[in-house]
Amino acid sequence: MLVNVPGPWSPLLGRLALSEIPYTNPILAPLFIVIVLAGIALIAGVTYYGKWGYLWKEWFTTVDHKKLGIMYIILGLIMLFRGFIDGLMMRTQQALGDGPGDNGMKLMGAIHGYLAPFHFGQIYSAHGLIMILLAATPLLVGLMNIIVPLQIGARDMAYPYLNALGLWITTAAVFLIMISLFVGDFSHNGWFGYAPIFEMAYSPGVGVDYWIWTLELVALGTTLGSINFLATVVKMRAPGMTWGRLPVFTWTAVSANIIALTSFPCLQVALALVGADRYLGTHFFTAGFGGNLMLYTNLFWLWGHPEVYFVILPAFGMLSEVIPAFSEKPIFGYITMVLASFAIAGVSWIVWLHHFFTMGMGPYVSTEFSIATMLVGIPTGVKVFNWAFTLYRGRLTFSAAMLWSIGALFLLLIGGLTGMMLAIPAINYMVHNSVFVVAHFHMMLLCIVYAVFSAIIFWFPKIYGFKLNEVWGKIMFWLFSAGTFLVFFPMFMLGFMGETRRLDWPFNPQWGAWFDVQEIGIFVYVLSVLAFLWMLYVSIRDRHANRVHTADAWGTSRSLEWLTDTPVPFYNFAMVPHINALDEVAWRREHGFMDKKPDHFKAIHMPNNTPIALYIGALTFLVGFGLTWRVWWLTLASLILAVILMIYRSNKGDPGYIIPAEKMEEMDRESKARMLSDDSHQVPHGGGFSGGTVTAYAALDRDASGPLTPPSDSRHL
Amino acid sequence: MHAQDKVVDPNEVVLWSDDYEGHDVISTRTFGFWMYVLSDGMLFATLFAAYGVLSYSHSYYTGPTPAQFVAPWYTFIQTMALFLSVLAYGFAMTALKSGSKAGVVNGIIASMLLGGVFLGLNVHDVLRMISIGVTPETSGGLSAFYALTQVHAAHIFVGLIWMLVMLYQIMRQGFTEDTVGRLISLRMFWQFQAVMWVFIYIFVYLWGYMS
Repeated sequence: MLVNVPGPWSPLLGRLALSEIPYTNPILAPLFIVIVLAGIALIAGVTYYGKWGYLWKEWFTTVDHKKLGIMYIILGLIMLFRGFIDGLMMRTQQALGDGPGDNGMKLMGAIHGYLAPFHFGQIYSAHGLIMILLAATPLLVGLMNIIVPLQIGARDMAYPYLNALGLWITTAAVFLIMISLFVGDFSHNGWFGYAPIFEMAYSPGVGVDYWIWTLELVALGTTLGSINFLATVVKMRAPGMTWGRLPVFTWTAVSANIIALTSFPCLQVALALVGADRYLGTHFFTAGFGGNLMLYTNLFWLWGHPEVYFVILPAFGMLSEVIPAFSEKPIFGYITMVLASFAIAGVSWIVWLHHFFTMGMGPYVSTEFSIATMLVGIPTGVKVFNWAFTLYRGRLTFSAAMLWSIGALFLLLIGGLTGMMLAIPAINYMVHNSVFVVAHFHMMLLCIVYAVFSAIIFWFPKIYGFKLNEVWGKIMFWLFSAGTFLVFFPMFMLGFMGETRRLDWPFNPQWGAWFDVQEIGIFVYVLSVLAFLWMLYVSIRDRHANRVHTADAWGTSRSLEWLTDTPVPFYNFAMVPHINALDEVAWRREHGFMDKKPDHFKAIHMPNNTPIALYIGALTFLVGFGLTWRVWWLTLASLILAVILMIYRSNKGDPGYIIPAEKMEEMDRESKARMLSDDSHQVPHGGGFSGGTVTAYAALDRDASGPLTPPSDSRHL
Repeated sequence: MHAQDKVVDPNEVVLWSDDYEGHDVISTRTFGFWMYVLSDGMLFATLFAAYGVLSYSHSYYTGPTPAQFVAPWYTFIQTMALFLSVLAYGFAMTALKSGSKAGVVNGIIASMLLGGVFLGLNVHDVLRMISIGVTPETSGGLSAFYALTQVHAAHIFVGLIWMLVMLYQIMRQGFTEDTVGRLISLRMFWQFQAVMWVFIYIFVYLWGYMS
């Protein structure tokens, strides 16, 4: 039943051997030493400051959606950096390796550049997998985790424990792909894998196994998360939060998670079948024995295309929150915005074949998928026009968050138009597998990255109570944009010139100048990374000066998350708000209700912290590691232990705890006092279009409650 | 006209939800489990797609085709066992409505036994097929056959463990919000697996026998 592996295998260690550790590699060995030293320094630091108890109690065992979201974002940022380093290495390889001759140095056995083909293959495979599933996905899931419950007026997610489980399983996937750097090697046939190269006969190492189990774990974590989001939005909206009042970001979270819920099982099955081929000797995707190579490609992209809309839709949602706030106008065309999100989600299911028009399925099938792909442009176009009309005659503030959002629109435009080109099979046949395609989807994914940075800057003060440094945020934006232009404009050009993707040796000397420009671009990106770190440092250093004293940090925000205290207390809302309008906070601000506090409080029920999610996450890592190295006892023991823990947790249950009304009142008072003073009525009022009418009642009420700066300069049209 | 444009009386407006008691725990969990069932449905759909693609005559390479090894009458006994198991679980849920602990426990035990019969027959059938050389390594078609049927069997196995856990929890804790919610979810799970089996029986066993 089990496939015989080439090379040694022992029951105790499986395929593990000392020779699997690349201690002679001049890149990995020093990196390993640096990571070990950094790890020791981190552990020593935490021990010295006595923070283990704090970390354990407040972070590792938490079920608070905001803290889990923050950990998701940290995870995503770390992996974004790792993926970026992979990109840097690829750019450098192509810049060094271009041209007909060898490099004369034979560094690490490479004839061209400094990376041997096998090593280069692992880098681009890891880059793609990491950027999509371990950087973009955790960043978006993290932001959804923090913001969605706040936007619908909930105290937590529907299943706080499941939420923690999703985080720790995703973390297990991150650990698995990171450990592949130092133990064994990673898959070398692209992030989506090609049949039958990933079969045992052609890839006998553990690289493909690492790839399978990393993907399986992250798919599991994301599916659990999507169930949680859907149940939260459907079942936990505050009274008055009707579907017609749901903020656009929450709507996009719903549409994205419907995609995730239905598409990730396809990925799990596709990879499980690859695993069956490699472990059990079945013939799903083999070249002989009745296997079908294109079955794999179909099943993978059946997930793969909905997946790219899973990552872009929340990004669209973020733009739809940031742009109105800094245009001081409600979003233009709310209903069409929502419908467009669901149209994109729906069409995402019938376009997967455009990833391989060259399969040769005949003109009728190709035409169907070509037209379906072009259909995506309609709802996306609706969204772009809605954002443009939101900006139109708005009172624009070009803050750092706004710059990132507007930058995202430009990238969306370039990515979208090149996508329309690629949707035409005749063009697609010409540029298939060229770097033109690579440049196209980087435009789309960078659109997501821009939206994520925009969202991080936008919502940071809500969570931490102080703003990020605007100047450095803008410097980072311009550096990042310059890097994007310098790397990807040449990449489009190279695509037209016929460069295929994944070349460890770009043989054509005429490409050389473009590679040099890209290399300069990637170093501009390095500067933007430094600017980001410096922005964090400066912001934390000056946190007292940048403190936010109001619930509504930007003074022009619109949706419900800005109603509660800053920073958000662990219970989110001391009293669950009653929702009266779309853009509740804008509505309350315009009617002068922002400083109206609840006059009494109620007891609330909160879930207990639990370390079991962390334990199960760690066990899933061991399952993945054991399967990769074929250490059967470890796999089985970890799996059984994980099931036992689940049953244990189920038997124990979580009664949660009750915070009595008096305690709530006290905590609310303290939280308000921490904000120092609530002067939300002193910030500029919403102007621009339809800022709403300041009613006579509202004015009267303000007179009664304190000083008022009337919105004398607002333009009512 | 925007909601903002209406005149609002500050003395009448409701800003805080006084009488909101929070979400209904059981209904929230049931909804979430429906979502899981949807994802499980996609999992089976993908496996069916793979089975469909791998059921051409060339998919079976030189090995046997389903017409040569499936035993629809034997599998029909499995079908009946699973249906009766679902029926027994249904009786357990009726007993839950009247709050009868004994009824629930007996229903689940009967359901478990019948589910066990289904699983035992499945194992026996697999051993029989392997003994005549029908193995998943033979051809792509047989790989897909085993993947679809045995993933379903794995679901049944998980369901049996779940029933065991529920028996323990009902005896120890009685009908709490937790246990009742889980019983409802388990019912959905069990019925869904029976529905999946109907598809498998028709498309894999009956159709395979006829082709």
